[in-house]
Amino acid sequence: MERENKLKTEFAVIGGGPAGLCAAIEAAKYGVEVTIIDENLKPGGQLFKQIHRFFGSEEHLAGVRGFEIGNILISDAQKYGVKVLLNNIAWGLFEDNNIGLCDTNKVSILSCKKVLVATGAIENSIAFPGWTLPNIMGAGAAQTMINVNRVLPGRKVVTVGSGNVGLIVSYQLMQAGAQVECIIEGLPEIGGYQVHASKITRMGVPILTRHTIIKAEGEKFVQKVIISQVDDNWKIIAGTEREINCDLVCIAVGLKPLIELCRMAGMKFEYLAELGGFIPVHNENMQTTIDGAYIAGDITGVEEASTAMEEGKIAGLAVAMELGKIDEKKGESELASAKNRLRALRMGPYGEFRHQAKQNLINSYYKYKNQMGA
Amino acid sequence: MTKNDLKENKMAKGFISIEDLKKVPSYPSEERFKRGPVAVIECLEEIPCNPCETACSRNAIKVGYPITNRPVLVDEAACNGCGNCIIKCPGLAIFVVNKAYSEEKATIVMPYELLPLPEKGSNVVCLDRKGNAICEGIILKVLSGKALNKTNLITVLIPKEYADVVRFFKIKDNV
Repeated sequence: MERENKLKTEFAVIGGGPAGLCAAIEAAKYGVEVTIIDENLKPGGQLFKQIHRFFGSEEHLAGVRGFEIGNILISDAQKYGVKVLLNNIAWGLFEDNNIGLCDTNKVSILSCKKVLVATGAIENSIAFPGWTLPNIMGAGAAQTMINVNRVLPGRKVVTVGSGNVGLIVSYQLMQAGAQVECIIEGLPEIGGYQVHASKITRMGVPILTRHTIIKAEGEKFVQKVIISQVDDNWKIIAGTEREINCDLVCIAVGLKPLIELCRMAGMKFEYLAELGGFIPVHNENMQTTIDGAYIAGDITGVEEASTAMEEGKIAGLAVAMELGKIDEKKGESELASAKNRLRALRMGPYGEFRHQAKQNLINSYYKYKNQMGA
Repeated sequence: MTKNDLKENKMAKGFISIEDLKKVPSYPSEERFKRGPVAVIECLEEIPCNPCETACSRNAIKVGYPITNRPVLVDEAACNGCGNCIIKCPGLAIFVVNKAYSEEKATIVMPYELLPLPEKGSNVVCLDRKGNAICEGIILKVLSGKALNKTNLITVLIPKEYADVVRFFKIKDNV
């Protein structure tokens, strides 16, 4: 493998999903020289598999489909001269924000003044006998296959988990021509939005709450699953087991932030179950406990693309201000509007607890900073 | 709506009932239904979303601030059943119901994102909110095209007694 001499950029963005793209666009708009690093062949992160219309208000691009937002962001990034290093894996975040990169034939170090880690999240799984059989996969994987690669992985589907991901992917599998046999959920109530549940229920897909998957069976790939009811303590109720024939099982049991680079850099963390696990603490401008290092998007707590985009904008603005590229008054006012838009997305029964959890992260950041200063 | 009401509305079984819908202030009055097509908003939770409000040029739908407020058909007289809100709703949760179509028939305009689209004039099986087959219906109108951006509007003619019940349909070949 070759080693390349040290590369340089003013602002390095690791991960070209909605958070990374928005941060890059926002900073580049004010003249910051930006490089996005992404391990895929195309930036956009999960946006290109999201064929549904987004929630929010007009300023959050509500009513626009996810992949269309992806196209808008990529064209904005081009317009402002954002450089994109595709097919590159960021494998290390070292002292002074030096980033270890590798593509298929060379390893290199990228140095920068500011870095944003916007690596997103990874799907959780659950283990049960037979779970390693082919065609038992994360719901996100199935969604990528149907919406990006246009391959239908199975025709008779069982989805595990009734959060928004489970509901939306089940609906999209129906759109792709599959039959969803059922969605099972361990809790007594459906996890995702009522409107998502309603649109798939009226198509005749049952959502079985207080149910779990006991095992999967099949010769070369999954051919059936055994499910059963569970009691309040998630114990299987004997005698309620039943078989469901299927050729695809989608696991949609949440996601957790991809924090390896932040660990390596020595950032300070908090464990917040409601946000998906260990999260780097950060201030209201997405600055972490490492100088010059920012985070945005699902890595700061698993939420939605719409919140990721606003966090990205905040980080991009903060970087532009730190680098002196934007007049302080203008910067502060732009930051304030982005924060208001973000707050609007974190209200109501699905949002308020996330707002509180994020406040806790910010409080931890200042507590840590005070300790260090003392 | 109080927090307790919301909890009750949080579905355990996967569908909302007409009773749930009538509990919250948005379902059009029977007097309004008698006057022709009107938007029925089946969105019961406080989620951050307001495209229905911005889609309505007649200010009939209100979400207001914060955007997590439930959408309410605040001015049922102003609503003319145009269906712009159906196209913009990311939750596919709005229908236009016309109980004044004729003595015995009603029409329902539904958002439809499956292919193939139904043929105009064809018979379909109409489904309720749980996906149960309820009655037969006839496709009166199929609106697709660029402005709708793949949220097609399908108008189905059904027996009037099912106007509050039918919310989806199946093309017969697929039954």
